[in-house]
Amino acid sequence: MNLLDVSFLGETFLALCRGIPLTLQLTAISITSGALLATLLAALRLSGNRPLDALARGYIFVFRGTPLLVQLYIIYYGLSQFPELRRSFAWPFLREPYWCASLALCLNTAAYSAEIIRGGVISVPLGQIEAAKAYGMGQLTLLRRIIAPQAIRLMLPAYSNELILVVKSTALASTITMMEVTGIAAKLISVSYRPVEIFICAGAIYLLLNFSITRLLRLVERRLSRDQRPLVLATGEQA
Amino acid sequence: MVIGAWNGPGRRVGAYFDLMGFADSGWGFDMLRATAVTLAVALAGFGLGSLFGMLAAAASLSPVSSLRHLADGYTTVLRGVPDLLVIYLFYFGGSTVVTDIGRLFGAEGFVSAPVFLTGAMAIGVVSGAYQSEVFRGAVLALSRGEIEAAKAYGMGPFLRFRRIILPQATRFAIPGLGNVWQLVLKESALISVVGLVELMRQAQIGAGSTRKPFTFFLTAGVLYLLISLASGAAFRAAEARAMCGIRRAS
Repeated sequence: MNLLDVSFLGETFLALCRGIPLTLQLTAISITSGALLATLLAALRLSGNRPLDALARGYIFVFRGTPLLVQLYIIYYGLSQFPELRRSFAWPFLREPYWCASLALCLNTAAYSAEIIRGGVISVPLGQIEAAKAYGMGQLTLLRRIIAPQAIRLMLPAYSNELILVVKSTALASTITMMEVTGIAAKLISVSYRPVEIFICAGAIYLLLNFSITRLLRLVERRLSRDQRPLVLATGEQA
Repeated sequence: MVIGAWNGPGRRVGAYFDLMGFADSGWGFDMLRATAVTLAVALAGFGLGSLFGMLAAAASLSPVSSLRHLADGYTTVLRGVPDLLVIYLFYFGGSTVVTDIGRLFGAEGFVSAPVFLTGAMAIGVVSGAYQSEVFRGAVLALSRGEIEAAKAYGMGPFLRFRRIILPQATRFAIPGLGNVWQLVLKESALISVVGLVELMRQAQIGAGSTRKPFTFFLTAGVLYLLISLASGAAFRAAEARAMCGIRRAS
């Protein structure tokens, strides 16, 4: 067997590329909806209201403590156990593997991201918040001008790890018949029995996606921390 | 007829315990046995991962630059690629090898690789990448002076590793290893795709034959939560034990 069959590698790579749009869609849907839910959960955690805090804590504990595959199967296979639900308005969505995968990924990433957001918010120095209050800023202005810009900057490195985890997690959608990159790879492997070449191609695609995401976020981080960079003193010129 | 899930809380609970009970018709023993398999494959994978992780950490801290690049490549690739792909690679890759060997001895057709072994290997290789970062951090957290002092005493690299580096690095590594263990536990659910009858696969079997997928997957989820709670407590106890006698700020 010839290990590096270039034409086979090329064909495989092209076949796998057809799964990229679906992988990206699942990622984008779950990241945006997950971020919204995570913001809500983080707000509950920080509300200072004990029942609300306990609620968010419980959610995060359950979704971080169980495998994503269990969550996905509960949504995709499990919900069909309830005839009431099968008759409800939500069924056209919950019947589709696409929406089930998006929902599971969203609920899962929200649990992880909520703690990242909370971490970002609590690391804003208390003195700044006190100063803003002393200036007479209202809650919204405080959030918009003082807390959000700094919290976002502080949480970006951890959040970029979470995004990579989401990209990797979209692979689980293949277990409920979705033909994204891993789904196509699994099909190709079971047809051709050449797991090494297919793994190389699929792995390269995922690494490329993750590399682009980390680069993009690093750019965002740089932009957001312009005021943090050391001043470049213009020695030769007078201001 | 089996009592439906929405017929009032009392009957619902009763029906649940009939289904998951330990009587002949119940699925209790099957689920517990599958939980044991999950624990076994996760532990085996975690153990293998420690071995790979230590080797990779040693390589990444070595003065030889090609070893460092190798370790860097290993951790980057295995942390950036979905675990499911790695499991497929090991299962189908292993099966191809096993089939070839089988053909040498006259066997016909596809021979499947042993699923427990392939699962443990796949988890081991992936968790090794995460563990190597933990070990590397732990070794870097040691104070340089101690290693220099050990060298000054004339300790060889092995003695130095055994007496100075290992006992202290283990202590620093415990919290990080706890995180990796939780990852491994959840990742072990993915091995169900190649047919190892662990918790997830058992839940699928039960769900298929009773038409109660929600009940079975929820039960599996609760069992995962319990394992994760218990092992979290164990890691905290280990950390408290390892840290006794250490002075810490605040």
